[in-house]
Amino acid sequence: MSQQRSILAKQGRGAGHALGLLAVLAVFVVLPENAWSAKIGDVAEETSLGQQAIRFFSFRDPSVRYAVIGSVLLGISCGLLGCFIVVRKMALVGDTLSHAVLPGVALGFLFSGVSASGLFDWSFDVDNITKNPTLIFCGAVVAGVAGTFLVNTLKRTTKIKEDSALGLTLASFFAVGICLLTMIQDLPTGNKSGIDKFMFGQAAAIGEDDIRLMTGITVLIVAVVFVFYKELLVTSFDAGFARAIALPSQWIHHGLMLLVAFAVVIALQAVGVVLVSAMLITPAAAAYLLTDRMHRMLLLAVGFGVASGVLGAFISFLKPNIPTGPCMVLGASAVFAVAFFGGPRHGVLTRWWRHMSRSKRVQRENTLKALFQVLEYREAEPEESVSLKELAERRRETIDEVSGQAKELKQHGLVTLHEEGNKILFTPNGWQLACTIVRNHRLWELYLTNAANIAADHVHDDAEQIEHVLGDDVVRELERMLDDTTRDPHGRAIPGFVDIHKPFAPTVPGPSGYGRNS
Amino acid sequence: MTDSPATNGEDIPLEIHDLTAGYHKKPVLWGIDLQVPKGKLVGIVGPNGAGKSTLIKAVMGLVPPSSGWVKIFGKPYNENRKRVGYVPQRESVDWDFPVTVMDVVMMGRYGHVGWFKRPKKVDREIARDCLDKVKMLPFAKRQISNLSGGQQQRVFLARALAQESDIYFMDEPFAGVDAATETAIIALLHELREKGKTLLVVHHDLPTARNYFDQLLLLNMRVVAYGETEEVFTYELLQKTYGGRLTILSEVADAVGQRAK
Repeated sequence: MSQQRSILAKQGRGAGHALGLLAVLAVFVVLPENAWSAKIGDVAEETSLGQQAIRFFSFRDPSVRYAVIGSVLLGISCGLLGCFIVVRKMALVGDTLSHAVLPGVALGFLFSGVSASGLFDWSFDVDNITKNPTLIFCGAVVAGVAGTFLVNTLKRTTKIKEDSALGLTLASFFAVGICLLTMIQDLPTGNKSGIDKFMFGQAAAIGEDDIRLMTGITVLIVAVVFVFYKELLVTSFDAGFARAIALPSQWIHHGLMLLVAFAVVIALQAVGVVLVSAMLITPAAAAYLLTDRMHRMLLLAVGFGVASGVLGAFISFLKPNIPTGPCMVLGASAVFAVAFFGGPRHGVLTRWWRHMSRSKRVQRENTLKALFQVLEYREAEPEESVSLKELAERRRETIDEVSGQAKELKQHGLVTLHEEGNKILFTPNGWQLACTIVRNHRLWELYLTNAANIAADHVHDDAEQIEHVLGDDVVRELERMLDDTTRDPHGRAIPGFVDIHKPFAPTVPGPSGYGRNS
Repeated sequence: MTDSPATNGEDIPLEIHDLTAGYHKKPVLWGIDLQVPKGKLVGIVGPNGAGKSTLIKAVMGLVPPSSGWVKIFGKPYNENRKRVGYVPQRESVDWDFPVTVMDVVMMGRYGHVGWFKRPKKVDREIARDCLDKVKMLPFAKRQISNLSGGQQQRVFLARALAQESDIYFMDEPFAGVDAATETAIIALLHELREKGKTLLVVHHDLPTARNYFDQLLLLNMRVVAYGETEEVFTYELLQKTYGGRLTILSEVADAVGQRAK
């Protein structure tokens, strides 16, 4: 387990777009192991995790087949539409829509009991009630549209702002839905199978009819996104411009909302009303962190959606009493966490790592500079050694601290250590780098005093920062601009080409390496 | 409206008649009449809240007019929309959006590409040329959030150029850009004018307005003056535009807005 964690961490550090997917696979291996061991504790079953996985992924059982196909379909449709929801900043709209469909689900369920004997005689036909996907779909879409309409009406006719209108609608529709669901559960007879699964989702409850509906809707969504990609893109990015080129932004928005309602409804059976919006938002948000191209974001979000969907279905296969929805959403959230921490550009860990390696480099360069200054003060040759004590005095640090720094320099091949680490000698590379840093520092000071007219005693601290980031181009530019680059504003020599490329023959120093300036 | 234009007006890039428009039924613009001739660079100036942006938006149908009409080359906006280019305010979009500079400029071609179709190679070449004109071609593959304010404005200009229009509406293209970009934009506007394009530019800065534009539209909820810059840029007219918000008009506007609620 811990090994797998470290694999996960290693993958997090590795850059590239494959990272997220690899992480999903890693989670795939980690999580079911837990579920499996718990299961062994409960029932002494002799199938191993591998056998379970084979049974699951060979799709021998029709219910497994439906669950997996359903999860893939919902991953595709939610991933695609989720991207547009995220970039249009409509996440709350998606959440509201998904809760608002609940009364429609209940009504659709009840409506299946209505027979020709009377339009509202459903209570008499209670035994006819079945889970009819088409009726539930229609009811849910109608409820979703009604919810959206209510939000728009509140916004237009009162001074209530969008967030409050959304919250209000979400809660009230959801409350109505819960009451209706409870009423259905309390019906004396009738086939109530599946209705209780709409809350948190159960992939195993997906039937053949559901799959047919899900396939149709997913094909529709993929086709619409493909055909109207450029219209969706421009209305999402700049609605004003889109309207100026006479695109019906409003209708495109409504059309998108309708598709979102469709996606929510087909995902309900597997994910459940409470968490379905997470399947819209989380994979898309993770993809948004990992890329800055819309088409890649769409592909990544589909990948993440499918992976978390199948993962959720697998876990609920291993442990049927855990609802599928939370498992899928946990998978999606794990993907998001990996993107958040390990994303190649914006990941928190990645940025921290970059920061750490930068500050380590700055410290190395500062130590090199201190070595240079010790030699400069002694008017010694670059081949001569510096003692740890001298370095410690120069850096105003303890012997232990500078000893660590010297070892770090040695690791990078910038110095060699002698006499049990007490004597430090530049390597040719180290000497060159030290000269370059000092040159950068003093050139910058010179530039600030000469060209920018800043007082000579104000420039040191600034140069301390700049010396580490000056590139070759800027240094050339500075050299061009400054007439005389031999002395810095404080009168010290600026190391030049001759110093940097001095013929260099390091020798192991004798015990008396000191004495030049005494 | 009984009084439609006498001629078919095909040579008049922009004609506005008795346009009243605003937000939430509260008028910001009152009875605007305007006829802009071809090949002019027109600056729209006026104080904050004068309705400069609203005028542009009302012309393009982004703000519904409550009365009056607008004609572009003698036809309603929607029939001649391909001849109109638009540069919205830079702040109107989210610059973190996952698109490249090239993607944004390609959007300028969408009006020509039409529904159900993908942009072709020709469109791509036009977009490249337009990016080159604003000196942003090296940035074509960059994501837009890495751009400075001036660079963002150039991208918007390139997108408008890619529209290959005959009349352009620009909403504060000089707001928050560096001096180099400002010079480059002005040079580009002059170049467009030489090609016979008509340009209406919302502008905030009075001192430069005098040098930049052929004509000025002094606006403060209604047209204070419109004409050649040297004729209109006078102390009296500017005083009339900027001195004191027009108290009666804004009071009535408030009253109308309240009744609408």
